[in-house]
Amino acid sequence: MKRRDLLLMGAAAGAALTAARAQVPREIEITAQRFKFTPAEIPLKAGEPVVLLIRSLDFAHGFFVPDLDLRTDLMPGRVTRLALTPKARGQLAFLCDNFCGDGHEGMDGHFDVS
Amino acid sequence: MQRRDFLQLAGLGGGAIFSASLAGCASAGKPQDEFYFVQLSDTHWGFQGAPNPDARGTLPKAIAAVNALPKPPDFIVFTGDLTHTTDDPAERRRRMAEFKQVVGELKVKTVRFMPGEHDASLDRGAAFREMFGDTHFRFDHQGVHFIALDNVSDRGTTLGPEQLAWMQAELAKLNPEAPLVVLAHRPLFPLVPKWDWHTRDGDQALALLMPHKNVTVFYGHIHQEHHQMTGHIAHHSARSLMFPLPAPGTADKATALPWDPAAPYRGLGWREVAIEGAKAGRIEHGVSNA
Repeated sequence: MKRRDLLLMGAAAGAALTAARAQVPREIEITAQRFKFTPAEIPLKAGEPVVLLIRSLDFAHGFFVPDLDLRTDLMPGRVTRLALTPKARGQLAFLCDNFCGDGHEGMDGHFDVS
Repeated sequence: MQRRDFLQLAGLGGGAIFSASLAGCASAGKPQDEFYFVQLSDTHWGFQGAPNPDARGTLPKAIAAVNALPKPPDFIVFTGDLTHTTDDPAERRRRMAEFKQVVGELKVKTVRFMPGEHDASLDRGAAFREMFGDTHFRFDHQGVHFIALDNVSDRGTTLGPEQLAWMQAELAKLNPEAPLVVLAHRPLFPLVPKWDWHTRDGDQALALLMPHKNVTVFYGHIHQEHHQMTGHIAHHSARSLMFPLPAPGTADKATALPWDPAAPYRGLGWREVAIEGAKAGRIEHGVSNA
């Protein structure tokens, strides 16, 4: 096999790998614990699909993104997967929407979509 | 209550008076006598913190003011968050017992209590039911129908299918032309979802109310007056008797506004709701330092 063919094959394999990577959403781990999300400020890119892997440590918290009309319950000890693709730049708020005690009202965060 | 009394109360109240049509009162099949009731809300008994250095004195001041009204109200409603939340079930009951003792000073003895999430969410209403009874109920007064909804005992702040079915069955018994007052803790409409100022299935409750022509909702939760229409349904939130919160959507978080020593008790208060013929009037009262 000629050197030029090897280079072409290498380029094709690289392109396929890039395409495959592009189809796999980036995963973001979030921890929920009374009365905060960690991290609470999460950068995202418009149009980029991501999967949130949210683990609650202590309570059946909720995870609610009002602007996307997206919510789920977070059962303690389990990892809850939530897929989302932000469409537009700006800030998207998220919050716990299952009352969890004295401090619940401040359990929130936001996505910074660039 | 006579018209002149109604206006006199407005003058004494130190608050604004607004009238909203309750058209249909006269067609409810039975002419109503004029009457009024008092709404108190979000007393958060047990709260301690800088937002209210007179946490144990504010509610007694409001009670004294209610007791001093020239003519007593027919009844009094507390629209939730009677106590401030605690993880300790014994402490929750202790706060509720102390709250009952404090409000026992009210001269008017017909008092209806509703839960807020601070009272009921962590134990799904168990302590509240022990101390105060049902978390949702219906009653009639002088030809006006009242329905009290519980959108807090579920931690997810839903009414839930069982209560919605009960509500549907209760509403089916009523003349849709008759005046109907709905009491709730949380707003039934999505006021500020990013602050959790909504009821997750509130749209279903509002859909059930839509066939009723004369509906007014009085609620709490947001610690300030707010007035909004959804279709023909009027929604009025009440002030708190512990600390005020920011105006809807005007801050990052809905955290308590600081106490102002130059204007103590600012933003705190309670209201009278007068139903006079075909009109409902609100008289808003602040808390006096006296």
